Amino acid sequence: MQFMLLFSRQGKLRLQKWYVPLSDKERKKISRDLVQTILARKPKMCSFLEWRDLKIVYKRYASLYFCCAVEDQDNELITLEIIHRYVELLDKYFGSVCELDIIFNFEKAYFILDEFLLGGEAQETSKKNVLKAIEQADLLQEVYELVL
Amino acid sequence: MPAVSKGDGMRGLAVFISDIRNCKSKEAEIKRINKELANIRSKFKGDKALDGYSKKKYVCKLLFIFLLGHDIDFGHMEAVNLLSSNKYTEKQIGYLFISVLVNSNSELIRLINNAIKNDLSSRNPTFMCLALHCIANVGSREMAEAFAGEIPRILVAGDTMDSVKQSAALCLLRLYKASPDLVLMGEWTSRVVHLLNDQHMGVVTAAISLITCLSSKNPDEFKTCVSLAVSRLSRIVSSASTDLQDYTYYFVPAPWLSCKLLRLLQCYPPPEDGAVKGRLVECLETILNKAQEPPKSKKVQHSNAKNAILFEAISLIIHYDSEPNLLVRACNQLGQFLQHRETNLRYLALESMCTLASSEFSHEAVKTHIETVINALKTERDVSVRQRAADLLYAMCDRSNAKQIVAEMLSYLETADYSIREEMVLKVAILAEKYAVDYSWYVDTILNLIRIAGDYVSEEVWYRVIQIVINRDDVQGYAAKTVFEALQAPACHENMVKVGGYILGEFGNLIAGDPRSSPLVQFNLLHSKFHLCSVPTRALLLSAYIKFINLFPETKATIQEVLRSDSQIRNSDVELQQRAVEYLKLSSIASTDVLATVLEEMPPFPERESSILAKLKKKKGPGAVSVELEDGKERGELNGGGDRGGDAAIAASNASTPSPSADLLGLRSTAPASGATPSAGSLLVDVFSEAGPSATSAGVNDDGFLRFVCKNNGVLFENQLLQIGIKSEYRQNLGRMYLFYGNKTSVQFVSFNTTVSCPGELFRSTKTVEPLVEGGAQVQQVINIECLTDFIDAPLLNIKFRYGGALQNISLKLPVTINKFFQPTEMAAADFFQRWKQLSQPQQEAQKIFKASHGMDTEVLKAKLLGLGTALLENVDPNPENYVCAGVIQTKAQQVGCLLRLEPNAQAQMYRLTLRSSKDTVSQRVCDLLAEQF
Repeated sequence: MQFMLLFSRQGKLRLQKWYVPLSDKERKKISRDLVQTILARKPKMCSFLEWRDLKIVYKRYASLYFCCAVEDQDNELITLEIIHRYVELLDKYFGSVCELDIIFNFEKAYFILDEFLLGGEAQETSKKNVLKAIEQADLLQEVYELVL
Repeated sequence: MPAVSKGDGMRGLAVFISDIRNCKSKEAEIKRINKELANIRSKFKGDKALDGYSKKKYVCKLLFIFLLGHDIDFGHMEAVNLLSSNKYTEKQIGYLFISVLVNSNSELIRLINNAIKNDLSSRNPTFMCLALHCIANVGSREMAEAFAGEIPRILVAGDTMDSVKQSAALCLLRLYKASPDLVLMGEWTSRVVHLLNDQHMGVVTAAISLITCLSSKNPDEFKTCVSLAVSRLSRIVSSASTDLQDYTYYFVPAPWLSCKLLRLLQCYPPPEDGAVKGRLVECLETILNKAQEPPKSKKVQHSNAKNAILFEAISLIIHYDSEPNLLVRACNQLGQFLQHRETNLRYLALESMCTLASSEFSHEAVKTHIETVINALKTERDVSVRQRAADLLYAMCDRSNAKQIVAEMLSYLETADYSIREEMVLKVAILAEKYAVDYSWYVDTILNLIRIAGDYVSEEVWYRVIQIVINRDDVQGYAAKTVFEALQAPACHENMVKVGGYILGEFGNLIAGDPRSSPLVQFNLLHSKFHLCSVPTRALLLSAYIKFINLFPETKATIQEVLRSDSQIRNSDVELQQRAVEYLKLSSIASTDVLATVLEEMPPFPERESSILAKLKKKKGPGAVSVELEDGKERGELNGGGDRGGDAAIAASNASTPSPSADLLGLRSTAPASGATPSAGSLLVDVFSEAGPSATSAGVNDDGFLRFVCKNNGVLFENQLLQIGIKSEYRQNLGRMYLFYGNKTSVQFVSFNTTVSCPGELFRSTKTVEPLVEGGAQVQQVINIECLTDFIDAPLLNIKFRYGGALQNISLKLPVTINKFFQPTEMAAADFFQRWKQLSQPQQEAQKIFKASHGMDTEVLKAKLLGLGTALLENVDPNPENYVCAGVIQTKAQQVGCLLRLEPNAQAQMYRLTLRSSKDTVSQRVCDLLAEQF
């Protein structure tokens, strides 16, 4: 996977994760182009599109669009389920996740993503194991805070 | 507010985010952000030391501001400080900031790497993972240099925790992708393969991405992974949906891992071991069987996961292309999906079938779905699905169904989305030519193309129809008649006028017998379009007119009248004016015989093409041609200057026909692949290469290469197919050159192969490039160079590839010149003059006096001298107008000190350049190279 973007129906970027080196300018241009392209698509359309030399896989959950760019040989359907598993992880962690959770706890959204995907590839697909890792980290924080 | 705020809440951050959300306008938001930035800046700069919590909070705010799209130019140091905090949350935020806002500031990188090193050796798995995540997220070369050795050890060590192994595997993958040269294979590689057997499914899932990438680059070293992958796959495929516990996803056992295993197997040919192969075929059959079973869940996640595996299995079957039975089953399965109610599945089935169409075993099976696919092209509501349908129609086209498919594509073009029209036009043109049985059908098709989508018909397409008509007598009359009819339309596309002008100018006589298309009618029809056309088309029409004078003497008076009118003969466009004047003169003074000879019918194309080019080269010198190549607009240049007769003008406008289209269509009567009759493209390129023995040709070649004497980066070569960019760096006697080969077309280059031959004084090592360069893609090649001793001849780069079947062959000099190995030497005036005197033997000095060929701007001169690689010494020469430089050339054998003096004479626009060095050949070579730069 080359990058993942989360954005709202209004086109506001909520999370961006880049797995290939790109300049800040390029990132902004790509995000702008893609957000525009995807928001212009109608609800029943297919979840995949060719974009430059990449395959874009996206899905809308409530007010948020999740969008991944994968390479030519990558599997579209399994990428769609990568998105779904990430949504499940967020949902489990926040408890019925909504856009606001991701806005106010953006750092957590990044941490969860890092446990799930690393370098653009699935690191751990078990929901339990990912959440366990995050909870352990949370626990670590609380312990340290108690010590203080 | 969020439903939960686990761990630490950062109240200040939440308040700030709320504030931003409450901003009514962009201006208000920017104001609020600037206020916050000022606040944070003052806190960071303040005298009071900040506690960890505040630092974390401010760094997190900065991160939030950055993610909103604003620039952040401070706070990096504070974030780095957080890395060494022993509080987890602070460390975590520090790492997040670094991951998102990488800064190549070298000072900082050292500190970051130090912090990572500490965490990696902490033996605390949580800290280790954080550090590995950071490396994987940044993935920079500096990090690869620091950690590429350490991470494989962590990955295969027996006592590493599973979660750390997972992170290490993917971290290594990222470093390998970014800097493959820094990740060295070693004894760890065999142990990595055995991670496929690991008990922990998460470890296998992470490791397999790494193994797949490594295998695709070094298949031999990793081939033991095939049998391991097959047995792992077999165990998953045959497991019950509950066996794998949390790795079962909506009743599908380990879908991610299954897909990746199938993907890994696609790096290899079918297994040779019969037992392994049998087991694999069994797996593939099971997967195909499962597709027919009723779903275990109605959830889309279930069917997606299941079908993801199915599509990956089909990819593998297509990749093997050796099991007819499986191929046909795959095709039938995809056929079912073509009519599925899920758009996603229809899309993927169309896409997958496209590759299936090229297999001899399944081509016929694919063809049976033609009606469904045509229907998809007509009725799908989503343009991306229609695009796939068009692709598939193109792929399944052969002689038996070409007429049907081309007709459907043409009728689709009338309403096609703008985004895909150009591609569709090209496809129709290719199919029409490839499968043309009778050429009148071909002509009809192309004229229809121009009529329906004229704007999207590129030059290649209309050039091509003209070439074919000229080369085939049996279609000329038909073409003239059809184009004449097409021109009757009140609004017709300019491309139609071009084709019409050309064809009637050549073959109008074939329809002149019919009073409805008598010569004057033909002329009046063409001339009625004249005023609406652009200059190049008008120029073409003028040539058609002079051809008319030859074909039909009765039109002479009318046409001369037109040529004589002020709007022609005094046209403000030089090209048009010149044509009008010359054609008018030609028609009035030349005898009928001369006219008939000059304006003779165009001979068939291939031989003509190359001879015209050869003539052009001889007449204008290769310099002109090279300019055209660089500008990429031969037409203007070829027509732009010099003397020529009408014939040559017409010929020239065709000579510039880009041959790629011809090769693409693969119908040329002479084989462009053979070395003896190079296609126009390679002929132009030959001008650059050293193949030509003539001195002028070598001069042109030097021109491309001499541009790089004083610079290291830029575009080395460009033609219509290929662009070669270059980036190079030199240190002491070593150099590294990055070549970027960009495919400018939308078609892939196959058998792409490059060789570099070096003179004996240089040593080089090259990595081979991938044999396939996709359309629009760029591949990179790295060449390492070592200078053994001083040299004159540059390395030669030879590039061969096939484009649409035609072999392309390009030879270039690589701009490696002796001055690249200069090390600048600073010295004071006294030192300089002392050394200058020491090098006073006649053979140690080389001198040239030459005229300035560019401006004599001081800054430009300085930049060039610095680019040469020497140190530019200030206040040394008593005359401030002069420049003196010093440097040492580093070769493996010896170091050669070099002093330089450049004396400009602005009045005479001349330079005197003097070089002194301890070696005569060096003085001479540097002097020769540099003299070409000013």
